[in-house]
Amino acid sequence: MVTANSELGYNSKVEGGVIVSRADAAINWIRTNSMWPMPMGLACCAIELMAVGGARFDIARFGAEVMRFSPRQSDCMIVAGTVTYKMAPQVRRIYDQMAAPKWVIAMGACASSGGMYRSYATLQGVDRIVPVDVYVSGCPPRPEALLDALMKLQTKVRSEPSASRLLSA
Amino acid sequence: MSADALTALKAKFPQATDRASADHPAVNVPLGDLVAALGFLRDEWAFDLLMDVTAIDWAEGAAPRFTVVYHLLSTTRAGSYVRVAANCAGTDAEPTAPSIVSLWPGANWHERECFDMFGIKFEGHPDLRRILMWDGYPFYPLRKEFPLAGIETELPVADIQEETGTRVIAAPMMGGPFVASAGEMNLTDAEPRAKDESWADRATRPDQTPLRQVKD
Repeated sequence: MVTANSELGYNSKVEGGVIVSRADAAINWIRTNSMWPMPMGLACCAIELMAVGGARFDIARFGAEVMRFSPRQSDCMIVAGTVTYKMAPQVRRIYDQMAAPKWVIAMGACASSGGMYRSYATLQGVDRIVPVDVYVSGCPPRPEALLDALMKLQTKVRSEPSASRLLSA
Repeated sequence: MSADALTALKAKFPQATDRASADHPAVNVPLGDLVAALGFLRDEWAFDLLMDVTAIDWAEGAAPRFTVVYHLLSTTRAGSYVRVAANCAGTDAEPTAPSIVSLWPGANWHERECFDMFGIKFEGHPDLRRILMWDGYPFYPLRKEFPLAGIETELPVADIQEETGTRVIAAPMMGGPFVASAGEMNLTDAEPRAKDESWADRATRPDQTPLRQVKD
């Protein structure tokens, strides 16, 4: 008797050792769940960033707990704090040293827009120096807000045409 | 206690005069006596801790234009805190004062900050470089002629500026500086806001229709 396969998940009895999917889905699934951050902690937002890494908020639930202090090993730069003009070239250098694919989260008012520092010394938004994927409001943002930003970034990465980009690269 | 120290200081340095002060005793000394006077306070009156070195810019065209101010604290005699001020020598563009790193090694970074913000050359300083702004920054931000918003100039690193097209820009405050109000009022009214509210939604700009129409 032949019946329609009504199972939604993978069933080894039906499908054997093969799973059919799109390359994008597989690549993005891997990227989404192992997004190692480059913690660019420059001011008080970095304290909230540390709280996100702690047990209560636990960024490990999203596979992003591996804070790498080397740009070579990280995928997502979290700019947490006030970027001064003196620091801006270093932020850009570190971004340049990160291996592609790479993303940037601007955490807090200062990183997003200069915040309350409308001053001769402060870069008026880190997007003037690196491309930003997600902005987080707050001064500083609650840890939940950063987790929300990470989830937003994961949603964005899931929809990226990763396979065609890899082929064309 | 502090006043006794300054009385003794004025006896030893006759050119020193009292300086108006709302809190701690203060004294003006001629620039030539400055290092000797500070050394006298440190060695004879146990003012062993240099709290701060700062400066005053009186205004463009004022004479004297710059005054350096030293804050001294005694850690062995309670409540002893004095201020010593001296008018700078040199030109308006390049004022000078003697370095006191030989008396307090901790003066090193204070004097570098003072140089960074006011451009005062501390003669005899072992390493007079900028400390907050980067080397090569062309202005002295706490001088009176420097606008609050800043002045457009180059980024510290040329190739980053070329790659990103970003420069150091003037960042004018939107009607600021912002001042909080005190007193018994609701929290919304106490929020920091600009004195000039010409751009805000509370007041109507001349070329703008009101954002909030109040119904009678």
